[in-house]
Amino acid sequence: MIVDFGIIALKAFLVLFMVLNLAGVLGWIERKGSALMQDRIGANRASILGFAGMGLINTLVADPVKFLTKEDFIPPRGDKFLHTLAPCMALFPALVTFAVIPFGDTLQIGERVINLQVANLNIGILYVFAMGSLGVYGIVIGAWASNNKFSLLGGVRGSAQMISYEVAMGLSVIGILMVYGTLELQEIARGQGTLIREFLPESWRFLKAAIGWLPSWGIFLQPLAFLLFFTAAVAETKRVPFDLPEGESEIVAGYHVEYSGGKFLMFFAGEFAEIVTAAALMTTLFFGGWQVPYLLRDGFHFPWGATWLLPHLAVTLLQVGAFAVKVVFFCWLQILLRWSVPRFRYDQVMRLGWKMLLPLALLNVIVTALVIVAVQQL
Amino acid sequence: MVPLNHYLILSAAIFAIGVVGVVIRRNLIVVLMSIELMLNAVNLTFIAFSRFLGSMEGQVIVFFVMAVAAAEAVVGLAIIISVFRHRQSLDPQEMQLLKW
Amino acid sequence: MIIFYTLAVLLILSSLMVVFQRNVVHCAMALVAALFLIAILFVTLQAPMVGVLQILVYAGAIMVLFLFVIMLLNPTSLEPRRGLSWGFGTVVALLLAVALAALVSHDEAPADPFAATELFGAPESLAKSLFTDFVLPFEIASVLLLIAIVGAVVLAKREH
Repeated sequence: MIVDFGIIALKAFLVLFMVLNLAGVLGWIERKGSALMQDRIGANRASILGFAGMGLINTLVADPVKFLTKEDFIPPRGDKFLHTLAPCMALFPALVTFAVIPFGDTLQIGERVINLQVANLNIGILYVFAMGSLGVYGIVIGAWASNNKFSLLGGVRGSAQMISYEVAMGLSVIGILMVYGTLELQEIARGQGTLIREFLPESWRFLKAAIGWLPSWGIFLQPLAFLLFFTAAVAETKRVPFDLPEGESEIVAGYHVEYSGGKFLMFFAGEFAEIVTAAALMTTLFFGGWQVPYLLRDGFHFPWGATWLLPHLAVTLLQVGAFAVKVVFFCWLQILLRWSVPRFRYDQVMRLGWKMLLPLALLNVIVTALVIVAVQQL
Repeated sequence: MVPLNHYLILSAAIFAIGVVGVVIRRNLIVVLMSIELMLNAVNLTFIAFSRFLGSMEGQVIVFFVMAVAAAEAVVGLAIIISVFRHRQSLDPQEMQLLKW
Repeated sequence: MIIFYTLAVLLILSSLMVVFQRNVVHCAMALVAALFLIAILFVTLQAPMVGVLQILVYAGAIMVLFLFVIMLLNPTSLEPRRGLSWGFGTVVALLLAVALAALVSHDEAPADPFAATELFGAPESLAKSLFTDFVLPFEIASVLLLIAIVGAVVLAKREH
């Protein structure tokens, strides 16, 4: 009983530790990477004993110290309690979502089998969406408590954008739920281990030869859903090209404008944690989660017949490593996107969410249903 | 195990608090929020009974209550907005045109 | 056991804050907290699907709508506290609470709940009930939501 509780606490601590550290490193990648892309040097002045580490010391040491030692400012006619509550409400959902994301299959120590996921809820993906819908409050309350017209404008835009894209995000995942037949994220990750040719009927020999050797990852079975989910997730995190709520050149800093010091650090960290969350969700739903192609529990089983058996610990390490690599890749992709694409105008954002993503997501659901019935009938 | 009566008493307490809100507050939005609180108290009763009697029907009813509450909150807020536009006030005591 | 009593105390506190706070935004946030606590109570009562739907729909969407309307109408003035009517209302509510509590306390209530199967409250059982026994109310609920959307748009439109 105590050991069970200890294992869960250890898993939770590890997951939070990795997420927060990754959020910090992403801040560094953003500053240095954007500098590389824009042909400039970026931050490199802060150094410890002459070691500047390509801007690492600057972003990971100097910035937090600066944020935490700044004066904590509450607008004079703003709402004191809500002004302090808002950054907490923005950070909380981004971190709590990680409780259901599986970062590995199972680890067997002695005779205890540990599921490498902090909490295996039977409602899985709905929990993620519920926490995402709570993230709107950070924006709304932060904007309201600042007693500032620019804040309010940014906040109203931001929350309208978030609730619009929540709908598209949820509907695009329904196709994945139909294909894998479960809401639990660990089962969705496990279901992506089989090869596509196990689902195709015998008579479709040409298709089997062409794509049957691929693992049944979500990206191969639901490509449209991936595009919709990626767009909606980037819009949910309010990153460029959807960052009009915090539009730097238009409404000063949107709902961030009256926040300084530690509270701004919480908003900032919350945004990077949301990037990691979106990347982890994309990995789990569409790219196999912790699955390495052709790696089963006892080793590699290649489609052309060769096998390569590995010990259990090596398999687990490979799977956790694969998950980490995929998550980092998607975080990097979102940062690359930020510095390459100009931002949308607000009416374009709303039109994209309601008039383009939503009908496409519904179409995806209908087509997926038809294809599943067709494959099962044959 | 917590006995059923405790859940029911909690639910009755929240319902009564909701009634207080509807009766004494002079802000239409808070009145609507108190109505939502009452609906949630009833939801809690349904779920408690569903658990103690072993029937899924309680949860299905709560599902429908949530859907209806969403629809009612939406329409109620739209009515509040259009009333505010005409009277510039949210005080239910001032809306007495239908009183004789 | 302890969970229920702490949740119950917190729930009553937030409900009281909903009703007695003078700043409307504070009332709304207290209601969000109350809905979140009720969702946790649902999860402890073996109804995880309904609990997560409560957060997703009620706390995540309906209350955001309330906050939007509050920010739109912008009632900056605090409501005056009227001693006589607030006291009278509280007394009536206490009487109502006592009456209800007396009504719902019965001795022959099932003391221990039935042994829950693993699928009780899971999405599968809820979906099975919804799509077999309750399919007509389900379809009517979707029409009702459509009516609510159309009605809200018509009512809140600015007249030209």
